[in-house]
Amino acid sequence: MSEEQATVPGCDRNGYFGDFGGQFIPEPLMSALFELERAFSQAMKDSSFSERLDRLRREYAGRPTPLYLAGNMTEGLGGARVYLKREDLCHTGSHKINNTLGQSLLAARMGKRRLIAETGAGQHGVACATAAALMGLECAVYMGEVDIARQETNVFRMELLGARVIPVESGSRTLKDAINEAFRDWVTNLKGTHYCIGSVVGPHPFPMMVREFQSVIGRETIKQCLDKEGRLPDMLVACVGGGSNSIGIFSPFIGAGPLLVGVEAGGSGRCPGQHGSSLTLGEVGVLHGAMSYLLQDEYGQVTETHSVSAGLDYPGVGPEHSYLKESGLATYTTVSDSEALDAARFLSRTEGILPALESAHAVAYAMKEAPRMGNDEFIVVCLSGRGDKDIDTMRKEG
Amino acid sequence: MAGRLRGMFDELRGKRPALITYATGYYPDRDASSGVIRAMLECGADAVEIGLPFSDPVLDGKVIQESSKVALEAGANTPRMLELAEELRAGTEKPIMVMSYYNPVLKYGLESFAQDAVGAGIDAAIIPDLPIEEMSPWKRECDSAGLETVAFCSETTDRARVKRAGDLSSGFLYCTSLLGTTGPREGVSVELPAFIQRVRENASCPIAVGLGISSPEQCRQVGSLADGVIVGSALVQTISGNGRDLETLKRMVKEMAASLLI
Repeated sequence: MSEEQATVPGCDRNGYFGDFGGQFIPEPLMSALFELERAFSQAMKDSSFSERLDRLRREYAGRPTPLYLAGNMTEGLGGARVYLKREDLCHTGSHKINNTLGQSLLAARMGKRRLIAETGAGQHGVACATAAALMGLECAVYMGEVDIARQETNVFRMELLGARVIPVESGSRTLKDAINEAFRDWVTNLKGTHYCIGSVVGPHPFPMMVREFQSVIGRETIKQCLDKEGRLPDMLVACVGGGSNSIGIFSPFIGAGPLLVGVEAGGSGRCPGQHGSSLTLGEVGVLHGAMSYLLQDEYGQVTETHSVSAGLDYPGVGPEHSYLKESGLATYTTVSDSEALDAARFLSRTEGILPALESAHAVAYAMKEAPRMGNDEFIVVCLSGRGDKDIDTMRKEG
Repeated sequence: MAGRLRGMFDELRGKRPALITYATGYYPDRDASSGVIRAMLECGADAVEIGLPFSDPVLDGKVIQESSKVALEAGANTPRMLELAEELRAGTEKPIMVMSYYNPVLKYGLESFAQDAVGAGIDAAIIPDLPIEEMSPWKRECDSAGLETVAFCSETTDRARVKRAGDLSSGFLYCTSLLGTTGPREGVSVELPAFIQRVRENASCPIAVGLGISSPEQCRQVGSLADGVIVGSALVQTISGNGRDLETLKRMVKEMAASLLI
């Protein structure tokens, strides 16, 4: 038996984490969700599925990723030791591959020959195109026109991998609209298509399933902390857009002692349209099939968002995060565009690691907290992705 | 007492199917949309659905997405839509429904929305992203306020769920004629007769069919199977920029209504 034992899904049978989650989706899609739920639950009980996934994680994606003691950073900041969980070293450059390997394996098992996905920055799109190429599946990726313009390289990467990138010109032409368009494709092409959603968002069973595939991050982290420090960390920090890397690292630690901190995009200010802080500044609502915190106006229309990092530029958040916030099991805070950019530069210079701007939000929070903590304490930061994709943005932002 | 909507189906039973037409409220602006809906009622629509636009309409194709966007820019919001319905109610006794997504209704408050909709003379609200699994809280408020309910079925809905959907629908059961988003299509799905047959066997409430129906001929075909035919995008796309030239729309509604006469 693998050490990567499945975690128990943390939602009830109707897909609710407390008051959050559910299946708020048009009727024609419900049968596809039931089919997916059945297939996922059978796969989780099938040791050949987990063995195959486990082998792909090790031999293809490069897992386990290291837990690295950022010595220079720790010395420079003073206070708590800072460890980085190096998801940036995963194949394709981010944690997104953990999810797409799991979902594409499941899609193949269900007999689906076509994967569709949405992408913002392009990281999930690239990870999905990669997994599709590996499994021999057709792949179409929906991407907002605004994001296509600012992430040209990732568009080319996806095409190189054999995927078709479909521009989305509706709404704000970013991630949220790409998800709308992917749902529209799915409802039209139900029979042979699996929607490989990129985060712990969407209707049940997606939040539970993506959490399961991402929780490998947390399970490895526990083992590595015990090896290196002989105990669990005092604090875990991860960025939250839809929230998949954060749920992935948090999930085995929930209620186990460490302080769990999710960092949202503070953007350029607290006014609507300036940030992506759904949990910190939003209200409960329904978007993309789930009840969760949401950035919306007084009439329930979803508002525009902003973040320097495309992956956090999203008005919603996974329903389990809403539950963790409400129940006090995790806390959520924000980091601004400029703090994230500073953190990316700091980590590049002190450790020689260029983080994705999404992950730089978590680094920035650790930089503020570490000096306030004792030198007998330690923090783990989920470094969810590498920053090569953000070089143009960083150059422009000076 | 049966509501206006169920009353309409009772009255037409055995005679002909009902024509239900959709218009996005505030598209292209408030007064023009009011004119569109009045024209529909004058030209033979038996009931109308007023679209309360939502920023993220996942079940809608390009035509209604675009009309929703324009309507929101023209100032559409929930209280204004209730006012518009109230104004239209003063001129007709035919059923008026609101079609929206769950979030605008949830944000307004389920109880307040149901009560204020009834106060404005609205007979039912249609919410496509509220499957039967999530419908109970809304159904409770509708029942207590006296608003009729509409659940959805599609060809992927199994028998047990068709039964539950029928039980949850005091107005009618909305059957989607195809798998996909709203928007005009060339023909009628070959699966439709068997699907409607399956719904009939498992639900006793009136059945209306919508999605993709765009011509009088399609109305006639679908009308031979169902108690009501719903037409949306095909009419919305005839509305020109200023919404004043309604001749095409009027002609289409008249032809569709005529196609349903036996």
